[in-house]
Amino acid sequence: MTNIVLDIQNLHVMRDGKKILDGLNLSITEGSLDAIMGPNGSGKSTLSYVIAGHPNYQVTQGTISYLGQNLLNMSVDERARAGIFLGFQYPIEIPGVSISHFLRLIYNSRSRQLGEKEVDSFTFLKKLKELRLQLGISEDMMSRSLNAGFSGGEKKKLEMLQMVLLRPTIAILDEADSGLDIDALKIVASTINQQRQQSKSIVLITHYKRLLTYTVPDKIHIMSKGKIVKTGNQDLALQLEEKGYDKVIKAPIAGSV
Amino acid sequence: MKSATNPQKEMEKQHKNPVENLIAEKYKYGFVTDIDSDIAPKGLNEDIVRFISAKKNEPSWLLSWRLKAFRLWQTMSEPSWAKLNYAKIDYQDAHYYAAPKVKPDIKSLDQIDPKIRQTYDKLGIPLHEQQQLAGVAVDAVFDSVSVATTFREELAKAGVIFCSISEAVQKYSEIVQKYLGTVVPYSDNFYATLNSAVFTDGSFVYIPPGVRCPMELSTYFRINAAKTGQFERTLIVADRNSYVSYLEGCTAPMRDEHQLHAAVVELVALDEAEIKYSTVQNWYPGDEQGRGGIYNFVTKRGACRGFRSKISWTQVETGSAITWKYPSCILQGDESVGKFYSIALTNHFQQADTGTKMIHLGKKTRSTIISKGISAGKAQNTYRGLVRIQPGADQARNFTQCDSLLIGNMCGAHTIPYIENRNKQSYTEHEATTSKISEEQLFYCQQRGLSAEDAVSLIVNGFCRQVLQELPMEFAVEAQKLLGISLEGSVG
Ligand SMILES: Nc1ncnc2c1ncn2[C@@H]1O[C@H](COP(=O)(O)OP(=O)(O)OP(=O)(O)O)[C@@H](O)[C@H]1O
Ligand SMILES: [Mg+2]
Repeated sequence: MTNIVLDIQNLHVMRDGKKILDGLNLSITEGSLDAIMGPNGSGKSTLSYVIAGHPNYQVTQGTISYLGQNLLNMSVDERARAGIFLGFQYPIEIPGVSISHFLRLIYNSRSRQLGEKEVDSFTFLKKLKELRLQLGISEDMMSRSLNAGFSGGEKKKLEMLQMVLLRPTIAILDEADSGLDIDALKIVASTINQQRQQSKSIVLITHYKRLLTYTVPDKIHIMSKGKIVKTGNQDLALQLEEKGYDKVIKAPIAGSV
Repeated sequence: MKSATNPQKEMEKQHKNPVENLIAEKYKYGFVTDIDSDIAPKGLNEDIVRFISAKKNEPSWLLSWRLKAFRLWQTMSEPSWAKLNYAKIDYQDAHYYAAPKVKPDIKSLDQIDPKIRQTYDKLGIPLHEQQQLAGVAVDAVFDSVSVATTFREELAKAGVIFCSISEAVQKYSEIVQKYLGTVVPYSDNFYATLNSAVFTDGSFVYIPPGVRCPMELSTYFRINAAKTGQFERTLIVADRNSYVSYLEGCTAPMRDEHQLHAAVVELVALDEAEIKYSTVQNWYPGDEQGRGGIYNFVTKRGACRGFRSKISWTQVETGSAITWKYPSCILQGDESVGKFYSIALTNHFQQADTGTKMIHLGKKTRSTIISKGISAGKAQNTYRGLVRIQPGADQARNFTQCDSLLIGNMCGAHTIPYIENRNKQSYTEHEATTSKISEEQLFYCQQRGLSAEDAVSLIVNGFCRQVLQELPMEFAVEAQKLLGISLEGSVG
């Protein structure tokens, strides 16, 4: 039997008095690639925030367990250091904080957690250069302020760079593909594939089947009104593109659970 | 409880626990050194002024200058225009002279009282030359008296004079007399006038023409004795075409009562000379309830007297219960340049009213003001700045940028710029912003594995980057750590 990394049962979540997640169930197994698709406002980003532990969401019912531990008992940074990574739909700008400084800080903090020794700045810069070239990120970006004034695509690449540096057990990537040019899209896909080869789990939140043709998911989940309403394979993405959410959600189709 | 089911508690957990851990290392400079000291009786009158002057064996011109100041001070009242709130200070309830009982003539650093030397070791400022950081000469001022100046010989070779002002009064009386009180006259303001009457020590620097001072000069001020005021006076003269970088650091023990610190610093830069003056001020700020802490009322002013002379003030102000301080530049020489870079951080009940004055007199004079104010807890932080361009200052320019960062909802930030441009060919620019550390920024950093404390410290250091990069390297590192420690208990 495959190992379950993340297990979400009957999750109900409110924010500012509004119910956003409404009895959501989702299990993610080790090394799997799961895609979540769903209409705007269906609660996809909310789900990713709740997994990461954002303080403004209230879990009113349900459980989330991560590698057998109660995730809801852990603080944001504890979850992160334990191997949960969230690639933001809208990465946050932090003026005056240089990217290379920030990257070294988070890299070393994760290394400590993994029981590895911290690296000196020379070793780190060498590693950074290698990854930077793989992801097609220019050197001059490294001395700029974190996310400040970056283009949408640049921000997304920087999220991928952070994911690779942090070596997460599970990465939730919220629209990692939006705003990317064709070349960048392929780079993101191959980075995801590398993670899979290392038995990392990936949850990909996306609106388009484009990325899914470069990195084929094990499962596709459709989310609507705060819960997963259908789970299937690659076919589901094709049907969505043809028929739209309304019809696919209502139609009983082969391959669904 | 850490459950996400209770967002309030969740925030508290994430934000307060690391904070509580930090409290143990709160103000690590708050210890008291037990030494014998020579102390004047409490109170302030003409006899005390004469006592101080006699203790220092001063020439008569200086005693009469002190007495003039003292008589004027008695007619003055404390300024009340600053946005500061504090109980009235009883000037009779303090000692105006306290000096460690040192051997009368210290010939080498080995003769310093070992307890004082240990104090400086604890503060991270070793006074043995062999342990010194290469490239930094230190003058250590303990309570009212300079106890050690290092690297004298090396400086003497370059012709640089770096000693305590008391020693300078004895040995270089002419230079002192020529410049003392010419930038900050004894009549300048309530605190400066008080300082002129009772100043006890401080540093003196003279850089001869054409000399680039071979190392950073630094003074380390330490208040130790209880119920004493500290009144140092520093005078730096950079002769034609010379350069000096000067650093100042300060700490004090934790005590429940407030202690007064009223220093005066005068800088003079002649033709094409440059003075860089950096301060990391970390006097005891008082506790979380606002008990104790230093009242810091300081007058710092530089005169760019010469053509193309330059003076820059860089300050990191994290300590003191009250800070009242406006390091200023008088741009007399044509094409002279004044700069002010400031970080003022207030937490708990601290209050700071700080800023600068740039007075443009010469043609094509330029000034830059970069101020970063950070308030947390119930603290109040005010930037107050004056830019004045006089009618004769053709083509003068000023650029001012004031940014405020708020942490929490109970603190305040205020920006009060006064701009007086009396020359049509000159212009000034002013930018001001106020922001908060957003929850989203904190969340982003924490999602990458940083603790709430580290995240706040990172964001604050980022906010201050423009100013931090003006500091000499070792000072910048020290300052960054200080910003982190000073913010403890500020998030949540
Ligand atoms: N503070 C809030 N108060 C009330 N409603 C909120 C709040 N924050 C989010 N919502 C609502 O929650 C719902 C889910 O938002 P979420 O961002 O999770 O959607 P999404 O599926 O990621 O959408 P998209 O595809 O557009 O990114 C939306 O209807 C949104 O308006
Ligand atoms: Mg979204």
